[in-house]
Amino acid sequence: MSTSKTTVVVTGFGATTPLGGDLPSTWSALLAGKSGIRPLPWDDVENLPVRFAATLAVDPSEVMPKQLLRKLDRNQSIALIAAREAWTSAGFAKPVTRRSRKEESPAGVDGGFVVDGERLGVVVSSGIGGLHTALDSYDVYKEKGWSRVSPFTVPMLMPNGASGHVGIEFGAMAGSHALVSACASSGEAVGYAVDMIRAGRADVIICGGTESCIHPLQMASFGSMRAMSTRNDEPERASRPYDKNRDGFVLGEGAAVMILESEEHARARGAQVHGIVAGCGYSGDAYDIVLPDPTGAGQAKAMRRALADADLAPEEIVHINAHATSTPAGDVAELASIKAGLGEEAARKVIITATKSMTGHLLGGAGALESIFTILALRDGIVPPVANLDDIDDEVDLDIARGEPRKLPDGPAAALNNSFGFGGHNVSVAFRRAL
Amino acid sequence: MAVATEEQILAGIAEIIDEIVGVDKAEVTPDKNFIDDLDIDSLSMVEIAVSAQDQFGVEIPDDELRNLKTVQDVINFVQKLQS
Repeated sequence: MSTSKTTVVVTGFGATTPLGGDLPSTWSALLAGKSGIRPLPWDDVENLPVRFAATLAVDPSEVMPKQLLRKLDRNQSIALIAAREAWTSAGFAKPVTRRSRKEESPAGVDGGFVVDGERLGVVVSSGIGGLHTALDSYDVYKEKGWSRVSPFTVPMLMPNGASGHVGIEFGAMAGSHALVSACASSGEAVGYAVDMIRAGRADVIICGGTESCIHPLQMASFGSMRAMSTRNDEPERASRPYDKNRDGFVLGEGAAVMILESEEHARARGAQVHGIVAGCGYSGDAYDIVLPDPTGAGQAKAMRRALADADLAPEEIVHINAHATSTPAGDVAELASIKAGLGEEAARKVIITATKSMTGHLLGGAGALESIFTILALRDGIVPPVANLDDIDDEVDLDIARGEPRKLPDGPAAALNNSFGFGGHNVSVAFRRAL
Repeated sequence: MAVATEEQILAGIAEIIDEIVGVDKAEVTPDKNFIDDLDIDSLSMVEIAVSAQDQFGVEIPDDELRNLKTVQDVINFVQKLQS
């Protein structure tokens, strides 16, 4: 962590999710309480314990030419789609790079701000990488032999592929990174991007997360862990954090990307500032490869460290976008961690939401998507309610947003976004409202 | 397969390049260099070569692939092997 505390602001966003093909449609669906969870249309779906998932609302083939799609894994194509939206929304000009794509014209605004590639970085994470590519290529190998395996297989399956492609497309030469920590991956991406700007390595970072691994093998392997909801008769009601009848998470896919800038850089170009990334806290549970430490000590530490890094007092936190994946143990354990991290009194004043009730769990994409939701909640003063919260768990003793969207107070305000990953990776990102 | 004419080979190559990298068929003329003029990356060239082998029924060894820099080089190579 750098000792300098350069202020880092958010000046653009993009997403493609189970709720919409871009961020505005995703956010309005979220506020309306819509579900992005649907039955899987596979032939062999009856053989699986879980027969639904939060698949993308808009397939990449609807917005990208097939020639580009054939050399990108699905997690990479959606990362590029989200990055293009973020880049354009930040008001940046079309990039002029050494390898501008022939397949289509690049994203950007005519007459927009020209970003110096030497001062532009990328941090785009994926928790799993190109699972579809790995498995599909193995099928090709078995059926047709090695020479028919696509020469793009390696760059398509590597988890840093999305980061690489985004860096090439926008000419980012300050550094291109991909942090991997399962479901905490893109929370860590935000933290790493902040560190890059604070350390003076870059002025602008394209930062986010992506995941697409809704494949029979994932349904089987998460299924064999008994980690997923099996509410096959009511998929849209399966993700229900804090509800008494929650029975596991729902696998989702999607990508979310934001543009982070030093405040100085953003102000100098007159950019619209949506929010401030105030700090980031991390911890390792050092307890179990998949189970969270039941005492919540590790999660609480991540939240306290985020507050310290952001120079925030617990009383300044008005909202938390919880990790809350709809598992019986995890959701209430996190509430205990929030109380331990903020202190009981401050924790009781926080409005908590769990947006995975509508988007499903994007794994490596979750931290970035939910960071964007947290910034929008602060900016617009509104918290999307948890869906499917019919019968609240008796152990829930904090303020969970349910029913209608909740209003946040005006004036200075801050919020946290929690992400926890298999491996015991805990990350909490702190945001301040831009005033 | 029957021996293809130069025009047929050119049309076949243009078809493959359009399919794989999306370069307009009209741009694929004999004088064009794959990398410098058509901006085709090295891995896409491998895919194009595999498709060309299927289409024209010829074997393109890896050492030969390195020497095929222009569309005309491929036309010549295919014609030589077919004759």
